Amino acid sequence: MLLVMREKARRPSSRGSTSHRSGLSPLTAQTLHGVPDSRLPHGGAAAHPRSGRSPLPHGGRRSAPCPRHPARPPPGRHAQPLSSPPQGWAPRGRAELPPGERGRAGTAAAGRAGGAAKMAAPLAGRAAVALRTLALRSARLRGSFPAVQLTPRRWLNLQEYQSKKIMADHGVTVQRFFVADSANDALQAAQRLKAKEIVLKAQILAGGRGKGIFNSGLKGGVHLTKDPEIVEQLAKQMIGYNLSTKQTPKDGVTVKKVMVAEALNISRETYFAILMDRACNGPVMVGSPQGGVDIEEVAVTSPELIFKEEIDIFEGVKDHQALQMAKNLGFKGPLEQQAADQIKKLYNLFLKIDATQVEVNPFGETPEGQVVCFDAKINFDDNAEFRQKEIFAMDDKSENEPIENEAAKYDLKYIGLDGNIACFVNGAGLAMATCDIISLNGGKPANFLDLGGGVKEAQVYQAFKLLTADPKGKPEQPKELESTRCSFPLSAGGRSALLLLAKRSAQRSSRL
Amino acid sequence: MSHCSRAAARLLGRFLRLQQNGVRHCSYSASRKNLYISKSTKVICQGFTGKQGTFHSQQALDYGTNLVGGISPGKGGKTHLGLPVFNSVKEAKEKTGASATVIYVPPPFAAAAINEAIDAEMPLVVCITEGIPQQDMVRVKHRLVRQDKTRLVGPNCPGVINPGECKIGIMPGHIHKKGRIGIVSRSGTLTYEAVHQTTQVGLGQSLCIGIGGDPFNGTNFIDCLDVFLKDPHTEGIILIGEIGGNAEEDAAAFLKENNTGPNAKPVVSFIAGLTAPPGRRMGHAGAIIAGGKGGAKEKIAALQSAGVVVSMSPAQLGSTIYKEFEKRKLL
Repeated sequence: MLLVMREKARRPSSRGSTSHRSGLSPLTAQTLHGVPDSRLPHGGAAAHPRSGRSPLPHGGRRSAPCPRHPARPPPGRHAQPLSSPPQGWAPRGRAELPPGERGRAGTAAAGRAGGAAKMAAPLAGRAAVALRTLALRSARLRGSFPAVQLTPRRWLNLQEYQSKKIMADHGVTVQRFFVADSANDALQAAQRLKAKEIVLKAQILAGGRGKGIFNSGLKGGVHLTKDPEIVEQLAKQMIGYNLSTKQTPKDGVTVKKVMVAEALNISRETYFAILMDRACNGPVMVGSPQGGVDIEEVAVTSPELIFKEEIDIFEGVKDHQALQMAKNLGFKGPLEQQAADQIKKLYNLFLKIDATQVEVNPFGETPEGQVVCFDAKINFDDNAEFRQKEIFAMDDKSENEPIENEAAKYDLKYIGLDGNIACFVNGAGLAMATCDIISLNGGKPANFLDLGGGVKEAQVYQAFKLLTADPKGKPEQPKELESTRCSFPLSAGGRSALLLLAKRSAQRSSRL
Repeated sequence: MSHCSRAAARLLGRFLRLQQNGVRHCSYSASRKNLYISKSTKVICQGFTGKQGTFHSQQALDYGTNLVGGISPGKGGKTHLGLPVFNSVKEAKEKTGASATVIYVPPPFAAAAINEAIDAEMPLVVCITEGIPQQDMVRVKHRLVRQDKTRLVGPNCPGVINPGECKIGIMPGHIHKKGRIGIVSRSGTLTYEAVHQTTQVGLGQSLCIGIGGDPFNGTNFIDCLDVFLKDPHTEGIILIGEIGGNAEEDAAAFLKENNTGPNAKPVVSFIAGLTAPPGRRMGHAGAIIAGGKGGAKEKIAALQSAGVVVSMSPAQLGSTIYKEFEKRKLL
């Protein structure tokens, strides 16, 4: 392990936010700044009469209070109510969007194991949810922004349409949609859809699309309309233009594609997730008839409304398990079987794509009697990349921090933090402990970096280059490297890379 | 949620888990005794002729491990590092009488290698490989917990070492010293810190087990703590945990039940990741704070309530356990 002192890391304020709270990556700070007040749990957006929350964003419009919505699950349920959620369960809860985002329909960018990027939920919506779900009750009572370490889950970045396509390919019912990369295509798509109402959504990874502005002058990255001609006009002002939202760089992100989807009414929302649970040593289904609200709160206030069903990895979801879960979610009559089918398909999807978690919220019911996955979040297993090449190939890295992209190229596990002591470590546990011990002694780590045990000289060299690079691209002054601690021999690759660097640095100094 | 109801929920959750897992784990825990390797343990290596297999097998031989052969499908009959190569684990076990195998097979094939070892009823399987897909390990584990002949350690672990007697894995042998402390850890290189420090303070190690950083693995803290508590040569324990999952909390509950009173063995711990940002996978597949759970603070609190001395710095593990020994006049 080697501790390296360097100049305070100054990252480009790529997202328009320059404040860096200690211990937070710039992305994190951005996220917190990106959360509009209206989206806070106690914020001021027009609340829905029944749930007290903002109107639905999914292209889902909630119709008049549905008489079928049960306050309590039907009697005689067999699945065991959950007192505490499964270990690996990382519920997202409902993503709230401003009224302008109502057309959002479908899945957001998915994330890698443990770090799920959102699907359709805009970044700001995710942040709002993260604020709610990550132990912020006391902060909520205080009514203030808590300074917590939140990180948007940016691992595998998929566009909304890509994730929805994956789901659709596996038979999961999502809102019908087409993707268009020209206004004419958008028109044709809208005509082909033959939907009563259409939602048009700019496809970018960042959130806050509803309130974004295009440099064409068009306001809002999500629009609802009944007229395909209007879809064409709107698309003309979207495609090829930059959409700036609170979570994009100042200049925005170029919109290359738009999603043209059918807007559906939603009469009832439930929550459904499948995840690999450590405690149960396998897949677990988690569901609640109380979808569309903060699921973490449901887990706390009404744990009897959360249902858990363990799945045998070799036997899969049995028919009776799927039906029982559908019953517990409150689906009745023909919808029960429909929901059970969707549950089975979601499980197959979960296995097929090597997901560690698939969370559908809301897993909804339309007045027309359809069970639809309006939005979902998928966490992908990084370790399965070698056999999920198609999915990982869709990874859109353009909105990542450049240094993390660079590190990933060389198979280095790098996470940017916000300090001035760079870390260069063999081993994840030791790397975490290094960051801990720096903080313990009043310092701030600039990064987490696990080189791994089998690291080669070339990777070590690249890691050094990454750590000592000046992000502003100024001509390099020879930086002083203080090796303050070298506790164990670096791997063979590490040692020879150090020698190589020392040699090159000596050569450079002799030329000066 | 108030602290009381959260604690109740957790307790209930734990109770439910124990209920669910009790039947399955009864048989698998019988294989815990296979963890205690010794000079006489005969070891074979899967992935013997690969780069990692070759390098670490040579290191093991240099250390004095009783390595008796290896497996490389298709290369059976050849010799490598002066030892026989076999086509299958079954064949190797029959011909050499080996009771432990170490796996250096790349991730796409590692789960199959573990399955092969379970088929052959190898008493101890140590899987070093990092990067096995979680679904594969879920399937392996499903099999594992329904039998009692084979004990798996790992994957994504540095291995098991009985200093001076037997080294199965990638740990640097020269920092170890035969002694009195049992060390169990989720992290590899962080373990070496604990080893180095306990060697330096003169206490040495009885047995070191790296259980690895994956969320689905073959051996947990409780398995190792059980071995340590029952082992007369282990007089103190160091437990190194990290963020993610519930293993440390479960370990704390186990210690509360089994390591109290005047004869309780001193346990010192360090939990890595106190400053890790939530939602990010910190290197290890299992090291992630998800949905507000798996954070270091809760683990530290749970362990402290079980009488474990938790060090806030990884540099003070040796000195802390030394002090505990002093306190109890064990020196």
